[in-house]
Amino acid sequence: MSATPYNFAYLDEQTKREIRRALLKALAIPGHQVPFASREMPLARGWGTGGMQVTAAVIGRDDVLKVIDQGADDTTNAVSIRQFFTRVAGVRTTTRTEEATIIQTRHRIPETPLRPGQIMVYQVPQPEPLWRLEPSRAETRRLHALAEYGIMHVKLYEDIARHGRITLAYDYPVLVHGRYVMAPSPIPAFDNPKLHRSPAIHLFGAGREKRLYAVPPHTDVVSLAFEDHPFRPWKADAACMLCGATDSYLDEILIDDRGTRRFICSDTDWCERRRAKGKAA
Amino acid sequence: MTDAPLLSVHDLSVRFGALAAVDGVSFDLWPGEVLAIVGESGSGKTTLLRAIHGFLRPTAGSIRYRSDRFGEVELTVLDEPRRRLLARTEWGFVHQNPRDGLRLSHSAGANVGERLMAAGARHWGNIRAQALVWLDRVEIDQARIDDLPRTFSGGMQQRLQIARVLVINPRLVLMDEPTGGLDVSVQARLLDLIRRLVAELGLSVIVVTHDLGVARLLAQRILVMQRGRVVEAGLTDQVLDDPQHPYSQLLVSSVLAA
Ligand SMILES: Nc1ncnc2c1ncn2[C@@H]1O[C@H](COP(=O)(O)OP(=O)(O)O)[C@@H](O)[C@H]1O
Ligand SMILES: [Mg+2]
Repeated sequence: MSATPYNFAYLDEQTKREIRRALLKALAIPGHQVPFASREMPLARGWGTGGMQVTAAVIGRDDVLKVIDQGADDTTNAVSIRQFFTRVAGVRTTTRTEEATIIQTRHRIPETPLRPGQIMVYQVPQPEPLWRLEPSRAETRRLHALAEYGIMHVKLYEDIARHGRITLAYDYPVLVHGRYVMAPSPIPAFDNPKLHRSPAIHLFGAGREKRLYAVPPHTDVVSLAFEDHPFRPWKADAACMLCGATDSYLDEILIDDRGTRRFICSDTDWCERRRAKGKAA
Repeated sequence: MTDAPLLSVHDLSVRFGALAAVDGVSFDLWPGEVLAIVGESGSGKTTLLRAIHGFLRPTAGSIRYRSDRFGEVELTVLDEPRRRLLARTEWGFVHQNPRDGLRLSHSAGANVGERLMAAGARHWGNIRAQALVWLDRVEIDQARIDDLPRTFSGGMQQRLQIARVLVINPRLVLMDEPTGGLDVSVQARLLDLIRRLVAELGLSVIVVTHDLGVARLLAQRILVMQRGRVVEAGLTDQVLDDPQHPYSQLLVSSVLAA
């Protein structure tokens, strides 16, 4: 018996191998959902465990881990997941995007451009992009197998009929490698273009739904739209009150009890780096 | 009419365990023809129609279809991707219950537009325009385009289902008791509409019905089914006015009695 109560990165080697095998399959068929035997993970209630299982399966001793929740490194969830992997894997952690080799995320892709060799790990609540349109699992599998994606556009058609434009702002469906329609997880549509031909590896884990999927480097990821209503990633038409950025994804906050609203960068690391470089507003 | 059938069904059988729901049925459907399949409840009409469409797999026999896209194909052995492509682009199925053929939680416009989108249309304005044209053609107020079909009457739902089927300009339309669940006055209006659209579009149609009045109004030819078998086939007027088989005679007389 070893002295530590856990194997490296908590999951046993056999489990990690099974997850990695599923991930390799997912990388070989970009955007295709691969079933896997999801395990229980401790902590992170309300976060979901799919992303953590993927991180546990791919992390090595030399990795440097960054964890973001919304865009922030300092939420309770982000901090406790970072602490968890420090404890069970003894890896270094960071808040800096460019230093990280693995970035476990929920809700955002960092503003700092990703580089080759980096791995993004997404926590996914609902991996099936067709789930609201087609309740039967057997039928959605068939629709994916035959690339019958007409119903995907029904949702967008109705959005335009109702609002005059596509208002879908999160988990905006994409076509991967010209083949599979994929849910990019609840990232803002603003982040979708960052997936397109990204040099990084993107791994998606849905624990409850027991599905993994992936986008390998340099893969086409195209947001669905109509010819006369092209995809337009939405962001607030404002500047960050801290760093002055106008090209980053902004969170709206209340700054007093009279309802005064301001905007700040959702990506806290990016905002801090800009301020450190003297780009304050 | 051209010199080859659009659809040739030969010795088709569908068994459910020991029951031969369809038992050695053969017939041709010619381009532009409306064929009615009549018979009392349980005689195998719906099963035959569903087998032709590929909703269920026949036990034996052949179904040859002359496709625009693939030429002549044997549907009983056609792979699923191609069969579904044909269903999306060349065929339509009108269900007896419009709820089986509509997405009730999506708008009328989306229901009509979905078929266009499934066939590859990606221009919102064109899809919208075609949905409007088709709502009008089936006599649904264009102002209802963004309403949910569950707010529609039964007759409107059925007309919406027909718009959804016809919007892609199918070559072959299969209808299962299209006026089945409706009030008599609503039935008459719907039948009239179907007859007009079928003539305008030159559709090839197989319509299943237990109502000989529907067959009389829509079809040029009739097959009479009894316990899975075709017992009589012929021109509509001949079969209805001068039935030869005792079962057809019974069917016709019961309609006269009604
Ligand atoms: N899925 C099924 N499983 C078993 N028996 C069935 C099934 N569908 C239909 N049948 C039987 O097959 C026969 C023909 O049914 P059906 O084709 O629905 O007749 P019709 O449409 O003429 O009323 C009936 O006896 C019916 O009970
Ligand atoms: Mg029936």
